[in-house]
Amino acid sequence: MIALTINGAEHKLDIDPNTPLLYALRDDLELNAAKFGCGLGQCGACTVIVDNAAVYSCLLPVSALENRKIRTLESLGTIDRPGALQQAFIDEQAAQCGYCIAGMIMRAQALLETNASPSDAEIRAHMQTNLCRCGTHLRIIAAVKRAAAMGGITRPRAELASPTQGVVR
Amino acid sequence: MNQISRRAALTGAAAVIVALRLPGAAAQEVKLPGALSHTPMLNGWLKLEANGHVTVYTGKGELGQGIRTALLQIASEQLDIPMAQITLIGPDTKLTPNEGYTSGSLSMKDSGTAILNASAELRAMLVQAASAKLAVSAGSLATEAGFVVAADGRRVGYGDLVSAIDLDRKAASGTVLKDPATHRVMGKPVHRVDIPAKVTGGAAYVQDMRLPGMVHARMIRPPHYGATLLSLDTAATETVPGLIRIVRDGSFLAVIAKGEWQAVQAMRLLAEGAKWSAGTPLPAQADIFKIIRGLASNDTVILDKKADLPANSRSLSASYRRPYGMHGAIGPSCAVGLMDGDQLTVWTHTQGVYPDRAAIADLLKMPPANVRLIHVEGSGCYGHNGADDAAADAAMLARALPGKPVRVQWMRDQENTWEPFTPAMVTEVSAALDANGKIVDWQYGVWSNTHSNRPGNGARLLASWHIAEPLKPQPPTAIPQPEGGGDRNGIPLYDIPRAKVTSHFVPEEKLRVSAMRGLGAYTNVFTIESFMDELAQAAGADPVAFRLAHLSDPRARDVINLAADKFGWNTQASLPQGHGRGFAFARYKNLAAYLAIALEISVSPETGEVRLIRAEVAIDSGQAVAIDGIVNQTQGGVIQSASWTLFEQVMFEPAGITSRDWRGYPILRFNAVPEQVNVHVIDRPGAPFLGTGEAAAGPTAAALANALAHATKLRLRELPLTAARVKAAMQG
Ligand code: FES
Ligand code: FES
Repeated sequence: MIALTINGAEHKLDIDPNTPLLYALRDDLELNAAKFGCGLGQCGACTVIVDNAAVYSCLLPVSALENRKIRTLESLGTIDRPGALQQAFIDEQAAQCGYCIAGMIMRAQALLETNASPSDAEIRAHMQTNLCRCGTHLRIIAAVKRAAAMGGITRPRAELASPTQGVVR
Repeated sequence: MNQISRRAALTGAAAVIVALRLPGAAAQEVKLPGALSHTPMLNGWLKLEANGHVTVYTGKGELGQGIRTALLQIASEQLDIPMAQITLIGPDTKLTPNEGYTSGSLSMKDSGTAILNASAELRAMLVQAASAKLAVSAGSLATEAGFVVAADGRRVGYGDLVSAIDLDRKAASGTVLKDPATHRVMGKPVHRVDIPAKVTGGAAYVQDMRLPGMVHARMIRPPHYGATLLSLDTAATETVPGLIRIVRDGSFLAVIAKGEWQAVQAMRLLAEGAKWSAGTPLPAQADIFKIIRGLASNDTVILDKKADLPANSRSLSASYRRPYGMHGAIGPSCAVGLMDGDQLTVWTHTQGVYPDRAAIADLLKMPPANVRLIHVEGSGCYGHNGADDAAADAAMLARALPGKPVRVQWMRDQENTWEPFTPAMVTEVSAALDANGKIVDWQYGVWSNTHSNRPGNGARLLASWHIAEPLKPQPPTAIPQPEGGGDRNGIPLYDIPRAKVTSHFVPEEKLRVSAMRGLGAYTNVFTIESFMDELAQAAGADPVAFRLAHLSDPRARDVINLAADKFGWNTQASLPQGHGRGFAFARYKNLAAYLAIALEISVSPETGEVRLIRAEVAIDSGQAVAIDGIVNQTQGGVIQSASWTLFEQVMFEPAGITSRDWRGYPILRFNAVPEQVNVHVIDRPGAPFLGTGEAAAGPTAAALANALAHATKLRLRELPLTAARVKAAMQG
């Protein structure tokens, strides 16, 4: 049994400890947002936040994630009540196919939680790991800036109190 | 309307096509607009319910281009009904018209035009029915938000008129559309309907499907083209927990497991247990253009304008090249198949549910009527990628495991090495200028493989390459003019008195190739628009003025003037050191959207890296429905083309494709994203829809090369314009 804390809730999963987090999220927890793109840490489609850092869920085995706090796009809001970044992506119409967007938003969320008003260069540098094939980049940057300007992007309370903050390696 | 009569409506459509082709019959039939020409029955497109809800059926799929929203806007506008009261059903061989492929920037022209006219006709029928019911003249009635409204204030909901509406009939010709000046939805800002789910984790893609009892499959592909499975050791694979089945048919090899990760593990172990023959060696990459140019070709002269050549003219010539390119969707191809008794259903991100159904039925030797394909969106689609093949894989695997939905998704290396690429191409051009700097002669040739190996027959599906008894391969064919394939946009739009354009269709394929955004237009426009700058320079003319001097089409002139204007085009103005400006124009396919682009780049003297800084783009797609959709797709088109042009080429060696992942096939990342891509839409209210998606590809490439020439005085004629190549050129 692997115990994972995902979007604030604890889940006990009877799966191979080597299973990459991405498969546990998509197949066992039926969360759609994190996407398979390359499985190689090269595209960012699978990006989620673990202990406040944006990570590639396709590479991280679930065995390394017990007692870590995992957040996916689903934690930011719902279709009826989108979170600030989600709303900014809607306002900027920042998607074409949208397949990359869940990863983009989670990576941007990690940035805005530590840097409330990043410069254009900081946004680009931070987003460098994530690929978009449709060429939506300018709108993605605009959405991140819009969300920053609106303010109020914070970590969930539980994460702030987390005793296990730090970058997952 | 029940399923049976809907199907009858669609079958009826096919019968009408046959009737129209009878000699003499065509003359009596008025050609209906858009896709109504092949699917004229109104109930093929529209259904009205007693609760006033409208269902619209389209054969064109959402590929990330936003077509669903634009089609809803059209129906909402012409019907005077809120978008929320309309359900749009996308491509499904059981439900929707056969609109072939969602390709060629044709969705608005075909489906949009059909829905536009059918919706307007339904609205007129509703007004007629209300006029009878209310006993007032039709002319005194208006429509508003799903109601017919009389002058005295009485209102009848559309649903209350349903019994008087018969959509089981052919569309009328000459339906009166709304005056564009009164539009409230078309051409107005409307948010895309699919974005909220996509940004909140809704099930939006075929990859997100979870059917009850669904199992997961992975393919084990040969290491390269032509390799066959010699032996297979399954012992290690059989120990994988959750393994349900190893499926083998010749060299078609797959695993099915309960869980997705289990399928991946089984795939890896089975790949280790598989021994393959050497396969077909590929040519050396360095020789590819010489090979393409030297292979036997079927030659067609697609333009031959004769005139005398002035005695004092001087001529220039050049040759241009583009390498193989990859679609490279961020999400690899995926499909779900279910065999239920003798009925097969496949959920797929194919561009053409009907042709892919025909191919799959062919492959599985099933009657097409027993096969249903349903389009579900995938990761961005920029042409014929692995979608159809994955659908065939899912069909094969569903047949091997009847009664269970089987989801198959390709791995990144499988997508990269097996998807059909856009073909490598070579062009040769020579032109002559007279003493006044006018082009007086133009001789042009383009060499290319086909740009469409789309299915329709099963032999084109990858699975057929690998099964024990492959179907008989079909020879590739060229897409004829005026749309063209390799020769798409091969004819310059400029006014030139004497010109000859020859399309050299090369049947022999060294790599698997098919359609990618713009087809040959990317290379032909890159060539023509680069060469226009070379000619302008030889004539001592400003590139924009030079183009205008050879162009009489007023809409072409409008986009050129607008892009130049927005950019502040001024050849006298100096730019910072290492910067350059470039311009290009094309009318896509010479019959669709007009687009002009002016851009500024910087070139790093140390690394040779070309950086796009700002682009100003003017586009005329005819009547604009979803203006932000046009802007979004055009920005995306510019950025994607910049990626192709600056970074991309499929790498290979005799032993196979080496561009197996994003390191082996680098594409544009955020550090190379321009500061601005500003898109200026010229709306033509009431004019035909011209489509948008592919218009930017060619002009962007040429404008980048022209800007590089301006910045460095170096004319690079082979793509991509990588930093290494630019640096080598700068060092002479
Ligand atoms: S899928 Fe994880 S980085 Fe590409
Ligand atoms: S929007 Fe399609 S990959 Fe980014």
